[in-house]
Amino acid sequence: MAAIERTFTLQVPSSTENLALIREFVTTIGRQATLNDEEINKLELAVDEACANVIEHAYGHDITKDVSVRATFDDERLKISVIDEGLGFDPAKVNQKSVDELIHERRSGGLGIRLIKTLMDEVSYEIEPGQKNELHMTKLIKK
Amino acid sequence: MPNPFAIQTVTENGLSIITLEGFVDAHTAPQFESAVQSEVDSGRIRLIVDCEKLSYISSAGLGVFMTFVDEVRESGGDIKICGLVPKVKHTFEILGFQDIFEMLEDQSAAKRSFTAN
Repeated sequence: MAAIERTFTLQVPSSTENLALIREFVTTIGRQATLNDEEINKLELAVDEACANVIEHAYGHDITKDVSVRATFDDERLKISVIDEGLGFDPAKVNQKSVDELIHERRSGGLGIRLIKTLMDEVSYEIEPGQKNELHMTKLIKK
Repeated sequence: MPNPFAIQTVTENGLSIITLEGFVDAHTAPQFESAVQSEVDSGRIRLIVDCEKLSYISSAGLGVFMTFVDEVRESGGDIKICGLVPKVKHTFEILGFQDIFEMLEDQSAAKRSFTAN
């Protein structure tokens, strides 16, 4: 029998005030997808980092813009997409240093992206600056 | 929804004890940063950040620690962290903070650590 894929979407104004709501949304989804506590914590942090980046960098704290978080899961994987219509960014231009190097150089910029790549199993981007940018993050569901 | 953010700073025997409660994310991190800045601006550079009631932290919060650690250490002070719950401790450890900051069990241990140094 084919696994059923379920999709949930949360859309909020682009304000850091809404990060707590976003985290609550993804942790609830994580539980529904039967992730364990450790994996849910990683998911929560990764999505927070992604959304904070959109709010601060893609939109420059423009509260008239929206951030969408779309969660799709079946019994094998949970995919979270963070969608914005902001400036977009080229992941190749993000500081290529490791998290370790950034920490030891006391550089907090770029930590979010490095964290996301450490916390999630798969990360990919679709960028159309000013139109629609999507950051896809996937957690494999362990049995 | 988890506890909203609260922060309290007390000064005791030359130490500044900053107690964090709730979550430190991109929204609440500026309040944390302001509290630490206030201490540093006043010349109080022996800082304990009590995280016993801290339920969550993101890179915005971790960045506050990074912002001040060099400055306070170069001035003869330090920032010590205590009371981390497992979830928050794990976030610190993902970023290797245990190599940079002394993490102690509780406030008493943190105070003794300053005395011992």
